[in-house]
Amino acid sequence: MSTEKPKVAFYWCSSCGGCEESIIDLAEDLLKVVEAVDIVFWPVALDFKKKDVEAMEDGSIAVGFINGAIRLSEQQEMVELLRRKCQLIVAHGSCSHLGGIPGLGNFWNKETIFNRAYHTTPSTDNPDGVVPLEKTVLEDGKELTLPRFYDTVYTLDQVIDVDYYLPGCAPPRDLIMNAILAILEGKLPPKGSVLSPNKSLCDDCDRNDSKPEKMLMTEIKRPWEILIDPEKCFLAQGIICMGPATRTGCGERCIIGNMPCRGCFGPTDQVYDQGAKFLSALASILDTNDEKEIEKLVDTIVDPAGTFYRFSLPSSILRRKRMEAIK
Amino acid sequence: MSSETFNPKLVGFLCTWCSYTGADLAGTARMTYAPNMRIIRVMCSGRVDPQFVLKAFKEGADGVLISGCHPGDCHYQEGNYNALRRHRLLTKLLEQLGIEKERFRLEWVSAAEGAKFQKVCDEFTEEIKQLGPLNWNGGVNEHREA
Ligand code: SF4
Ligand code: SF4
Ligand code: FES
Repeated sequence: MSTEKPKVAFYWCSSCGGCEESIIDLAEDLLKVVEAVDIVFWPVALDFKKKDVEAMEDGSIAVGFINGAIRLSEQQEMVELLRRKCQLIVAHGSCSHLGGIPGLGNFWNKETIFNRAYHTTPSTDNPDGVVPLEKTVLEDGKELTLPRFYDTVYTLDQVIDVDYYLPGCAPPRDLIMNAILAILEGKLPPKGSVLSPNKSLCDDCDRNDSKPEKMLMTEIKRPWEILIDPEKCFLAQGIICMGPATRTGCGERCIIGNMPCRGCFGPTDQVYDQGAKFLSALASILDTNDEKEIEKLVDTIVDPAGTFYRFSLPSSILRRKRMEAIK
Repeated sequence: MSSETFNPKLVGFLCTWCSYTGADLAGTARMTYAPNMRIIRVMCSGRVDPQFVLKAFKEGADGVLISGCHPGDCHYQEGNYNALRRHRLLTKLLEQLGIEKERFRLEWVSAAEGAKFQKVCDEFTEEIKQLGPLNWNGGVNEHREA
C-alpha cells in the first residue's frame, strides 16, 4: 500500500483574497488537513511555480480548489493546466461558482473599465495616459507581454469542467471542512453538486416565523433608511432580502448581523437564474394591482439588476450587459 | 441590416383562456397579420416565469410578448396582475442589461379580440423592425478564440 498522501492544490483568479483567508481560517483544522494531505501548489502561501505544476503527471493531484472568476487569459491558462493535473476541481467561493462581485464587471467591457481605471477615477494620476498593453517592445528590442483582459468575466465552469462547488463569499469553515473530509474519505455526492443543502435560506432563517400570513410590500426601503428590527423578516420591513432565492448553508451570517441576504450562495438546484427567480418572488408580493402604483413602486427599486445579480451575473441566463449598448 | 430585409423573430406567451383563443379567432376569421410571432401557449400570463423571457432573448428572440386576459378577467383571478408587476420590474432590469423596453411587451387580449391580436402582431413586428435585431451574444466566447 502506498503511504503517499493525496496531493492538493489551491489557486486564485479574479478574487479579493477572502477565499484564501477562508482556508487560513480553518485554524487548527488546517493543521489536520496539512497532516492528511500534501499541498503541492498554493501561490498565496507557498513558493511553488507554474513550471513545478507543469512537471507533475496529469491527474496526479487529487483535488484543486480554485477561487475567483476568470477575466484574464493567464487565469484561463492556469485553470486549464490545473484541470489536466487534478482529478477533481472544486470551484471555491462565489466568484468561481457564479462570477461573484468581479462579475459585476459584466455591466461594462474592457474599454470602459480601462477608461475608468486609467483615466477618469478621481484618484487616477496618469498625465501621459498610459494604459497596459498586451505587448510592449523595449528599446533593446526585448518584448514584454501581459495577459489579455477579456471584455467578459466568466465563471470557472464556463472555462473548464468543474466537479464540485463550494458556495459563499467566502465559503464558511464547516462547509470547507466537510468538503475536504468527503474527498479524503471518498464519500462524494454526484458530480456537479453544490456542497451545501439544497433549500432556501428562508427555510433556515430564524426570522421566517415572523413573516405575516400574507406577505405584502407597500414600500421598498434601503437598509440605511430605517432602524431595522432585529427579529422581523427583512421583506416584511420593506427591505430587499435575497433569502427566498438563495441557497442555505452560510449560517445566516448576514441576517445575524442584522443585514439582509445579498445572495452570495447562489440559487438552489431547481433554479437557473437567481436574479430572475428573486424578481419573480418580489413582484408577487408588491402590494398593488394598479398599473400606476406598480410603476411608482418599481421606480423606488434603485438597481434591480445589480441587486438581484449581485453575485451571479456571469452565471445568469444573459450573462452580461449587451456589448452594443455599452457607451 | 436594413428594416427591409430584417425579419424579426418574436416569441409570444399567450394565456390559453383569453389571448390564445383570441389569436385562434384571428386565424379562423382569416385575418392576415405579420407571421413573425412564435406562439407559446401557457395556462395563464401569471405562469410566465421571468426565466422564460430571458431564455427567449438568449436563444434569439428580437422581441418577447406576454399576453393575458384583461384586468379583472383572469381565469385564476390575479395571475395577470402578477404578470403586470413582473413585466414592469423585468423591463427595468432588461434595460440595465441593454435590452430596450420596446422589445418586451405586455398586452391584454380577450377571447373575442382577434382583431386586437392582429394589430398587436403587426405593430410589434413593425416596431422591432425599426429597432433592428437584438443579436444576443453575451460576449461569451472570446476565451475560446485565442
Ligand atoms: S426573506 Fe430574509 S429575513 Fe426573511 S425569512 Fe428569508 S432570509 Fe430571513
Ligand atoms: S446571508 Fe446571504 S449574502 Fe450573507 S453569507 Fe448568507 S448567503 Fe451570503
Ligand atoms: S388566465 Fe388569462 S391571464 Fe390568467
